[in-house]
Amino acid sequence: MGNFQIKKSPTVYDAVVVGSGAGGGMAGYVLANAGLKVLMLEAGPYWDPKTHSHQLRWPWESPRRGAGSTRPFGEFDAAYGGWDIEGQPYTHEGDTEFDWFRSQMLGGRTNHWGRISLRFGPRDFKGKSYDGIGEDWPISYEDVAPYYDKVDRLLGIYGSKEGWENEPDGIFLPPPKMRLHEHYIKKAAAKVKVPVFPGRGAVLTEKLPGNDDRQACFNCNQCARGCRVYGDFSSSSCLVIPAKKYNENFELICNAMVREVLTDSEGLATGVSYINKEDMQEYQVKAKVVVLAASACSTARIMLNSRSAQHENGIGNGSGLVGKYLHDSTGASLGGYLPELMDRKRFNEDGVGSVHIYSPWWIDNKKEGLDFPRGYHIEYWGGMQMPSYGFGFGIANINGPVPDGSGNTKAAGGYGPSLKNDYRRFFGSFLGMAGRGTGIARESNFCEIDPNVVDKFGIPVLRFNYKWSDHEILQAKHMQETFQEIMHQMGAEITWGIHDETTNWGLETPGRIIHEVGTTRMGDDPKKSVLNKWCQSHEVQNLFVADGGPIVQQGDKNCTWTILALAMRTAEYIVEKKKLFEI
Amino acid sequence: MNRRKYLQFIGVGSISTAAFWQSCSPDVQEETVEEGFEVIEAGREPFEIERDRELLAETFFDEHEMATIAILADIIIPADETSGSATDAGVPAFIEFIVKDMEGHQTPMRGGLRWLDVQCMKRFEKPFKDCSPAQRIEMVEDIAYPSPEDIKPGMEPGVAFFNRIRNLTATGFFTSEMGVKDLGYIGNQPNKWNGVPKDILEKHGFKDS
Repeated sequence: MGNFQIKKSPTVYDAVVVGSGAGGGMAGYVLANAGLKVLMLEAGPYWDPKTHSHQLRWPWESPRRGAGSTRPFGEFDAAYGGWDIEGQPYTHEGDTEFDWFRSQMLGGRTNHWGRISLRFGPRDFKGKSYDGIGEDWPISYEDVAPYYDKVDRLLGIYGSKEGWENEPDGIFLPPPKMRLHEHYIKKAAAKVKVPVFPGRGAVLTEKLPGNDDRQACFNCNQCARGCRVYGDFSSSSCLVIPAKKYNENFELICNAMVREVLTDSEGLATGVSYINKEDMQEYQVKAKVVVLAASACSTARIMLNSRSAQHENGIGNGSGLVGKYLHDSTGASLGGYLPELMDRKRFNEDGVGSVHIYSPWWIDNKKEGLDFPRGYHIEYWGGMQMPSYGFGFGIANINGPVPDGSGNTKAAGGYGPSLKNDYRRFFGSFLGMAGRGTGIARESNFCEIDPNVVDKFGIPVLRFNYKWSDHEILQAKHMQETFQEIMHQMGAEITWGIHDETTNWGLETPGRIIHEVGTTRMGDDPKKSVLNKWCQSHEVQNLFVADGGPIVQQGDKNCTWTILALAMRTAEYIVEKKKLFEI
Repeated sequence: MNRRKYLQFIGVGSISTAAFWQSCSPDVQEETVEEGFEVIEAGREPFEIERDRELLAETFFDEHEMATIAILADIIIPADETSGSATDAGVPAFIEFIVKDMEGHQTPMRGGLRWLDVQCMKRFEKPFKDCSPAQRIEMVEDIAYPSPEDIKPGMEPGVAFFNRIRNLTATGFFTSEMGVKDLGYIGNQPNKWNGVPKDILEKHGFKDS
């Protein structure tokens, strides 16, 4: 450390965008296309699906056959990082739990996400007006709808028009047809009055009009590995790489871990400081506008760590609410096998890597007298999928009672020719379902700076404090009951996922669904919110947030499409007001 | 040991996709280490590449253990008219790697193998691998059926071990090229999904939608 110094760039950028995921990618793309001089800082390495994806690899190309030894979703999954990153810890208050998935790489978590793309509906923006719980957004569906439309056209999404008020239709490419297990699921769900819609996903089931950089999906089902032909939406392939390709005024620096937002004597943002992970040197860059899009929790961390005489509690944190109202989706799941799908005829049913079908929330809570607010949607999986590590595990739990061709059963487990045949018989018979629901945003669930712990870069880390309430637990109970009903109607055997009150009905640990949002929520009242309705800091007019932080209250929808729409809206606002920032 | 055979097999398997990789990824560099196993570099973090090299260079099981694993694997998945046996598909080498990769397997596998040998010493005065085929099956019969009503007192540790090696053998076999072909999985290639073939749909009582 003998030569320790801070390197200051003389360039003053119009905007610095921190983070290259859905929000940062969209903000950078819009600002660069509008002619602004943009610098994007990404904490992880460069990553282009065209050259870095593991798409079409076979399990035997790896000595671990795709096992998740270093990546939680398997070694061919695109996401670097995971629940724990060496040298970058986070802590918890007391016995509370929160699992934080970070992926530091170009495109962030959009490289491996499920591509399930659901708009928030009118009631999702104004839930409090309906049931008195949580908080309404300062904007409505009508304010965001034009941006959802533009995101649909720009990035591509498949789906079907269904005309449900709180499940707004978009501008859709054709949805993929159902696979065999999905026919069975739809039929069984109908019997218990659960609707099943064609899926809605950010995959190009047809070539996107006017875009020659991306090709249509070729149905390998591996979106989570990243797509070499850009047939699905990743921020890397669809926003950052094109922004760089077509705009000389767009600059990207990878491996740049932002420490804090810099301010002047009046408290306005002047740029950011970061550590370059490659040379371990400290840098400062200047910008007229700072857009934070590092992910809901990382953005909160940067803001809370940006302390100065003007911002004693962190930049833009006069309300004391930065990090508060952290909320993740609820989740519970269950699965088994369907005897009708045993001994099936083989064909290629890979399909697309997002959902072919889903169930929107279908109940009016008040009319049905439910004991929890809001709801959940259901995602389904199954079919003849490519084997990887874990294939065949637990056969001894299921192969006993299943009769062979002569109607005979045998002792569970076993070995030899008949066991070998059992694996073939069960292939493609497994299916399952998962609920993804609304967790209520509460001030008491938050992340904050742990004053006693720093990461390996010397940056104070986050401490989480999160507890589910009965709202979420009872929702998981309802999921359990619904999933079991669907499975029973189908005639499927449930082999995993049955829970009771001792395990909160299978409700996942907070953070596990990786939909965490709300840490810098927007609002009209500066005392009750961090940002205004344009995702602009109430106190620092040239500071914006473009990730999941501004989301006041999630619906039972995956948050990515809303992050994209809000980031586009915010970026267009910056362009419109650029004189205000002397751009 | 079929280690060399397994590695040759891996090499052959990789050729089928080599053209695709070369056409799409000019900057992919795959280095050959340790008897020809490819350590994938593109799209992986440096620590992952380094970790693979280290694991491939290490040895966990000794020769006696590997010989025992090979015999057990072929009892679990023998050759039949459709495909070869577990060792034909390289399962022992997979098991050797995966226990290094996932340390949680190490003690149960090592201890389970030892438990098996001690049982066979008591019964047949020989370790498992030196027993006759009939003696091996007699032993396996006592640990291959995990339902509580099927377990003889004292056999529980063997049952737990056999569950584990059954799982690892099946996963190793059905994730090999031979095993994937045996299963009839025919995806993982560019194609056009147009729904379930009509005859199959009708057989299951559904109409196209």
